[in-house]
Amino acid sequence: MNATGRKRIGLWSLLVVLTVLFGCGRKDESTPKKKGGYASIIIAGSTSVQPFAEKLAEIYMVKNPNTVVNVQGGGSTAGIRAAQTGIANIGTSSRNLHPEEKGLFEIPIAFDGIAVIVNPKNSLRNLSTETLRAIYAGKILSWETLTGVKHRITTITREEGSGTRGAFEELVMEKLEIDPGCIVQDSNGAVRELVATDPYAIGYISLGLVNKQVRAVALDGVAPSVKAVKEKRYRFFRPFLFLTRKKPAGLPLHFICFVLSDEGQRILAKEGLIPASIIHGESDLCRQQTSKEKKN
Amino acid sequence: MSAADIKRKEKLIQRIFLVVAFSSLFSLFLIALFIFVEGLPMIWKVGLKDFLLSTRWSPTKGHFGIFAMIVSSFWVTIGALLFGGPLGLMCSIFLVEFSSARMRAVIKPALELLAGIPSVVYGFLGVVYLVPLVRDYLGGPGLSLLTSCIILGIMILPTVISISVDSLVAVPDSYREAAFSLGATRWQTTHMVTLHAAKSGIITALVLGMGRAVGETMAVIMIAGNALKIPLSPLDPIRTLTSNIALEMGYASGLHRQALFATGIVLFFFVMALNMIATLFARRKVLK
Repeated sequence: MNATGRKRIGLWSLLVVLTVLFGCGRKDESTPKKKGGYASIIIAGSTSVQPFAEKLAEIYMVKNPNTVVNVQGGGSTAGIRAAQTGIANIGTSSRNLHPEEKGLFEIPIAFDGIAVIVNPKNSLRNLSTETLRAIYAGKILSWETLTGVKHRITTITREEGSGTRGAFEELVMEKLEIDPGCIVQDSNGAVRELVATDPYAIGYISLGLVNKQVRAVALDGVAPSVKAVKEKRYRFFRPFLFLTRKKPAGLPLHFICFVLSDEGQRILAKEGLIPASIIHGESDLCRQQTSKEKKN
Repeated sequence: MSAADIKRKEKLIQRIFLVVAFSSLFSLFLIALFIFVEGLPMIWKVGLKDFLLSTRWSPTKGHFGIFAMIVSSFWVTIGALLFGGPLGLMCSIFLVEFSSARMRAVIKPALELLAGIPSVVYGFLGVVYLVPLVRDYLGGPGLSLLTSCIILGIMILPTVISISVDSLVAVPDSYREAAFSLGATRWQTTHMVTLHAAKSGIITALVLGMGRAVGETMAVIMIAGNALKIPLSPLDPIRTLTSNIALEMGYASGLHRQALFATGIVLFFFVMALNMIATLFARRKVLK
């Protein structure tokens, strides 16, 4: 009994040792790739930018098989911090930087409109910025003066720290604060879902996510659309920023240039975003790189 | 194997289990330590009064008052108890005193299933069915204190029922027999004798149910509306302490992050107080 017990222990420990050894062995197999130029970049930040960055990274990795692009969330504020501290090669933000956050190298990769949405049953078609501000500041509480319906407005906002909320505060609220009585939802999708089911609700979401369940309201007489943003008639949009600590170089630069290339911008446009070049003009960041590539 | 060998082995196994048992205590200690280390500096900086008694929470602008959330957490817990308490208590009385064994075989597993449903499912059901009902028939935005209380009331049922069933079963049959022999009916026996004897256990069940309600997060985020005001009516949206942490965690950094940990400290005391009350009542039963 004792002898077999010992034997069994011996067998088990042999198995453990073997597993560990083989585990290491497998790891060793992947190291040669590293020698041949296997490299990785980390992108972290805004959850609004994340799905687009993931899509871009996926296509980039197919085109450049020896690279790994790692995309993480965390929020705009976290993305800005990650770029400042160098935890990520590229930080992302879905709002403009605050004055105290300046000093980073900012590369707008695209623009995203913000649409104010109501329930399709709501007869509201147009809002002025002042009225919208008054609604969110808690100064207009009823639909009565707006649509004639005697019912309380259900005002829906995003949580503190969200890039979409940050952009809304910057574009609409100016110095006023969003009323603490507003309902808070933690994603674009949740805001849309709530507006779709509540005939008295008003909310704001990313323009690319507006669908038939809700109606986007015209602001100051301009209906939100990609076209209206491109023509600079609709002014409620925000940048999607890539942030680096210093002027990018090497692999991060190569990836950024892929994003800013015609192909990268086409991918973003297909997802409902507005290409960066339309508002900022051609960036000269990648001019050298493209000419180098042409030589090759 | 010699006797000494066996003894040594026995000792070793005892030690191993001791270490394992202490690991849960150790992790509790670590969690507490971590929350306090992260959160206390912020309370120190802002001041206990401005933190606990101010209703202005806008952390990116430097305001960290959680009073509205404390009040909301309090009301939602009481409300959940109002819905879940009587329901759970009556259900357990039925299970122990009135039901047949066959009935029990159906209801008991169903209740255990209720405990196993993930809270996000409760939240989802609440958003899809209960919220529109409340909005259409009672008014308000639907996402409200009342909706949260109803959903939480259902969620605490398994806790309330399993503990109060245990305490009712623990009442010796001789008590009931004595009552019957005096001519009492089944209901008279239950409310005059059994419930009295099981009182401390039932209170423990209710208090632990409250602990479950105050700690619930996911379902509450989905159905409570998360507004930052003190609720003035059951139809007002609320934000609880737990949902505040979960809602803003992803975006928080610096002082904002510390403020969320500080919210955790308050929650920690909330739950500790409830558990202490529960243990106090549970102990009274033993002394009897």
